[in-house]
Amino acid sequence: MARARTDERSELDWVAVLCLAPSLLYVFAMFIYPFMYGVYISLQPLKGDAWSIKNYVAFFSDAYQLVTIKTTFLLALPTTVVVVLVSLFLAYGMRRGIWLERTITTILVLPISLGVIFLSEGILGFYGTNGWLNQMLLGAGIIHEPLELTHNFTGVILSLFMQNFPFCFLMLLGYISGIDPSLESSARMLGAGPWTIFRRVMLPLIAPGLIIAFALVFVLSFAVFPSAVMLGQPAGLTRTISIAAYQQAFEQYDMSYASAIAVIMGLCQLAALIVIVAVRRRMTIATTMGVGKR
Amino acid sequence: MTRGRLWKLAIYLFLLGFILNLLGIVSHVVVSSFAKRWFGKPLPPAFTTDWFSYAWTNFELGQVLFITVFIALAVVFIALAIGFPAAYILARRNFNAKPLLLLLYFLPLLIPQMTYGIPLATTLYRFGIGGTVPGVILAVLVPMVPLAVFILLPFFEQISQNLEWSASMLGASRFQIFRRILLPLMVPGLLTAGLLVLVNTISNFELAFLLAGGGSQTLVVALYYNVFAGGVRPVYSIDAMAVIYMCVVLSVLLIALRFVRPTQMVFKLDRS
Repeated sequence: MARARTDERSELDWVAVLCLAPSLLYVFAMFIYPFMYGVYISLQPLKGDAWSIKNYVAFFSDAYQLVTIKTTFLLALPTTVVVVLVSLFLAYGMRRGIWLERTITTILVLPISLGVIFLSEGILGFYGTNGWLNQMLLGAGIIHEPLELTHNFTGVILSLFMQNFPFCFLMLLGYISGIDPSLESSARMLGAGPWTIFRRVMLPLIAPGLIIAFALVFVLSFAVFPSAVMLGQPAGLTRTISIAAYQQAFEQYDMSYASAIAVIMGLCQLAALIVIVAVRRRMTIATTMGVGKR
Repeated sequence: MTRGRLWKLAIYLFLLGFILNLLGIVSHVVVSSFAKRWFGKPLPPAFTTDWFSYAWTNFELGQVLFITVFIALAVVFIALAIGFPAAYILARRNFNAKPLLLLLYFLPLLIPQMTYGIPLATTLYRFGIGGTVPGVILAVLVPMVPLAVFILLPFFEQISQNLEWSASMLGASRFQIFRRILLPLMVPGLLTAGLLVLVNTISNFELAFLLAGGGSQTLVVALYYNVFAGGVRPVYSIDAMAVIYMCVVLSVLLIALRFVRPTQMVFKLDRS
């Protein structure tokens, strides 16, 4: 054996390189390279070697395109805030386990696995003007005109919530139930009430996970595409930035402009991430984890 | 104590509401797929199974299903084959570039597929593999290889390295250690990773959609195109297709949930 012993600080040998090579090659060829290529062709609007920021200028000077950033932001931010707050409330309440927990979490996995297309088709039916919800509300005499819940902003937000809430909730549940329960009982023994325990003991411990969950949900919502098409008005009210990029690429066949929009979309997400990470930096908290459930 | 009770009650009520809502959404699709005609009534007046045969022939579901299964199995196989050695090294060795490498693998999972899907599609179409089955497989693998790596990693960490040392002391070659020690012990890990990659591939929309051409649509992409074309086909037949899709996903999910905890289906938030 050339190298039987591999201790904690072992170096990279040829076996390690060989083992890592296929996956690294894949990530570089299929992820890094296309990204660079996208940036490159977005700066070359005309065939040839002329570098130009024409596409970016076009995007930022065209109100029809520019407003997609605002639209996407208005869809993603409220959804993210609601999803994270509701998930925090539920996951915190369930941190020591509740009755039927496994069944409930299993049911919550369903919307994640079924995917956004199936959910959107179901929401179109269930929340539609002739759907069960409107029939029930009309039948109970609560409303007299059917509510318009699909093909507008509400429809897209509903779909985003159905998709992102289980995702965020399960993440936070895993995180919060990993916090050492003895901290909480110490605080209680020292006379802290439930609100003080939450505010002074638990929230600072939850904050780092909460911020990452917020970032993940926001970035995912910012790229909303299929539900904005199926449940919104893709030509008007809910024309998000990903729809704009898709239309340039596959309806106008202007790959250069489409790549520019994709780059702008990526930069918006990056900007959001940087803001969120900066917020997280300011809250220097020592976490105490690992003794709890799971 | 009463405050605690109210809190619990509120949690249950919200969860009940969400689950009822979810059941409503799912069963609306199911009921609609069996309806002869349904408009403005709580339940359709007459039921039929005709929409399933209609959907099967008109949407060429046999072929779509075949392509979906082929793509899914290919993705699972390649993701495991590439991810397995990478996860092994990441679990066993320490080197300076390791945090950077982990970040690199994490990026395709963190960045939304729509964001890198468009440049990826542009690149693959330029090389002439866009719109083909291999193109879809290559694109869907981008997030699936890292997913496989991150699922396999903790399974490797659980296997004591002493086993490998003992085996090599007793004269086992590298291949024998892999074949006789690591592979048998990694069966649960490979199963978990394989099933999760399978579920995620079948329900993957964005990348499969951006790369799909005429003959390379997966089930969920075909479903989207038919909803999008709204009005061309009867809504009942589209719902029949959605039900078939749901059955495929649920059958894989039911097997997966025997091995996987629901909280494992999402990102694990770390302390770091």
